[in-house]
Amino acid sequence: MKAKHPLKIQNLTIAYGEKVIQRDLNFTVNTGDIFVIIGGNGSGKSTLMRSLVGLQPPTQGTVLYEGLDFWNVDHAEHERIKRRLGVMFQGGALWSSLTLAENLALPLNQYTDLSPGLVDEIVSLKLALVGLAGYGDFYPAELSGGMKKRASLARAMALDPDILLIDEPSAGLDPLNARHLDNLILELRESLGTTIVLVTHELPSILGICNNSVFLDAETRTMIDSGNPKEAVHSGDPKVRTFLTRGEA
Amino acid sequence: MSRDDNRERWQLQTSRTGGNGLEVAFTGRWCMDQALPFPDRLAAELADGIDRLTFKTDLSSWDSGFLAFISRLLKLCEERKIRVEREGLPEGVRQLLAMAEAAPVQKLAGTGQSDESLLFRMGSAMLAVFRDGPAMLGFLGEIIISFSRLATGKIRMRWGDLWWEVEEAGPRALLIVSVISFLVGLILAYLGADQLRMVGAQIFIADLVAIGMVREVGALMTGVIIAGRTGSAFAAKLGTMQVNEEIDAFRTLGISPIDFLVLPRMVALILMVPLLTLYASFVGILAGLLISTTIFGIGLFEYYNQTVAALDLSHFMVGLVKGTVYGSVVAYSGCLRGMQCGRNATAVGEAATSAVVTGILLITISASVLTVFFYQLGI
Ligand SMILES: Nc1ncnc2c1ncn2[C@@H]1O[C@H](COP(=O)(O)OP(=O)(O)OP(=O)(O)O)[C@@H](O)[C@H]1O
Ligand SMILES: [Mg+2]
Repeated sequence: MKAKHPLKIQNLTIAYGEKVIQRDLNFTVNTGDIFVIIGGNGSGKSTLMRSLVGLQPPTQGTVLYEGLDFWNVDHAEHERIKRRLGVMFQGGALWSSLTLAENLALPLNQYTDLSPGLVDEIVSLKLALVGLAGYGDFYPAELSGGMKKRASLARAMALDPDILLIDEPSAGLDPLNARHLDNLILELRESLGTTIVLVTHELPSILGICNNSVFLDAETRTMIDSGNPKEAVHSGDPKVRTFLTRGEA
Repeated sequence: MSRDDNRERWQLQTSRTGGNGLEVAFTGRWCMDQALPFPDRLAAELADGIDRLTFKTDLSSWDSGFLAFISRLLKLCEERKIRVEREGLPEGVRQLLAMAEAAPVQKLAGTGQSDESLLFRMGSAMLAVFRDGPAMLGFLGEIIISFSRLATGKIRMRWGDLWWEVEEAGPRALLIVSVISFLVGLILAYLGADQLRMVGAQIFIADLVAIGMVREVGALMTGVIIAGRTGSAFAAKLGTMQVNEEIDAFRTLGISPIDFLVLPRMVALILMVPLLTLYASFVGILAGLLISTTIFGIGLFEYYNQTVAALDLSHFMVGLVKGTVYGSVVAYSGCLRGMQCGRNATAVGEAATSAVVTGILLITISASVLTVFFYQLGI
């Protein structure tokens, strides 16, 4: 995407019925950012993700993709924006009746005219990138928890999205695979120019690869900090500092 | 990568470079939103005594489509022992390829889809029924043990669960049981009227409907309805719990899922199906009465007296025994298939279907056995 701000959130309030989860969110994701949404369990990170990917309309405020009001454009435009997003759900959400290869091939067959041979090649490349080369014929039920996570990331990457939204990619991954995933994210940004929005609790990832962030607080139900997490460790809100240093500083 | 790049098409050119070298030149846009070529079209050129491949790229943009093309091309070269120099490829392509290649390839096969012939699959399905036998008996054993633990006071009935299942299986099934029993009663009356008119004994419609409903049809229809309605629900509920590892959680805590989940469901149906059977028979008889008095001109009291005379306690007993047996086999099938459920969403659907099929099969088998049994006893 050429626009400077592929994603901009203005005065966003998200709620389940009457129950407000987060209010007055304002932040901007820049092209090429690795943007992290930080917050304690239950602070509303996954819920925010849902309204960023078109699953749950916000109660107030706007979500702008390249300046387009995601929730108020016409249906065709809404769908067009969605097609440029790659989404990895917290629970994986792989289609259980399809093999891994079929899981990845489905969006490719749906939205491109590539020949079956090339689709197969893309599928095996993406599986290899997440370290699952050779697992194409497996059903999701035959994989370990961490493998499911990685497979679901591969599916999110299938169409080379402009923005990849990832909910807790590294929870349940062993340290080596978590490290590999960080490298993969960096590589996707370098090579394909993908902008990444991720939710994670992994401090090494937050401090190692993320250059921008928003911090959601569960108590006050709004954001209490934003910006580069490396700086927030020293200068941010006390709650943020406690979080980023595991309460040890 | 970017959808607003110019729309120029992909282009591909090959040229020989000194001796046995081949250079592949890529220009234009190599993105997935076009119909990209498949590298095997280069096979002929590669076969032509080539031992070295180089690239030249001047791309306006590229994405995984290009990556896949190159990756496939590399495999072709590897098969033909052609040395590839990657310098001409964009930096990003080289790095992504390196990452993909760094990951070890697992030489494992998934269970995959079976390509066997229809005959083979039919045969396996038949064998599966027999192989299932021990598991079915084992499950029956577990249930009997669980009942004996209940009888000896080692475990206590979970009244809340039982009540919930009773309500679900009984009162909520009344409407559908009423409709179907009414229609079946009506069918019996018409059937009887047609046959009995020939011997001028239309009054015996009352006997046919009453004995038919009470002894056989009431229990049978109730059993089938409950198999479709409650048996499948049991399987789906237990199957979902299996998928969510809830049943494993019981096991790891040392709690028997049979005591906790199967027992209340068994008891609920053993209590409710006989009651529903009585109710179904009553509705069926009512339908017969309505048809006979309005359409076939039989007097109301005449029909009533004939019905009362036809029925005696033994008929009710037969009906109630059948209802009890059908209730238990339906609950058994539902719980069995639910507990046997696999670990994914498809399996839950299969468990529900299989519960209904097994339920109806077992009802039919036990109906035949019981009919012969009561005939022998002379009841
Ligand atoms: N379907 C729902 N209906 C009502 N409330 C919900 C629903 N889903 C989540 N919530 C509530 O919304 C809040 C935020 O949940 P959410 O899943 O967004 O948290 P999270 O920040 O992603 O937490 P975690 O780090 O544990 O994944 C929680 O308090 C939760 O109870
Ligand atoms: Mg979450």
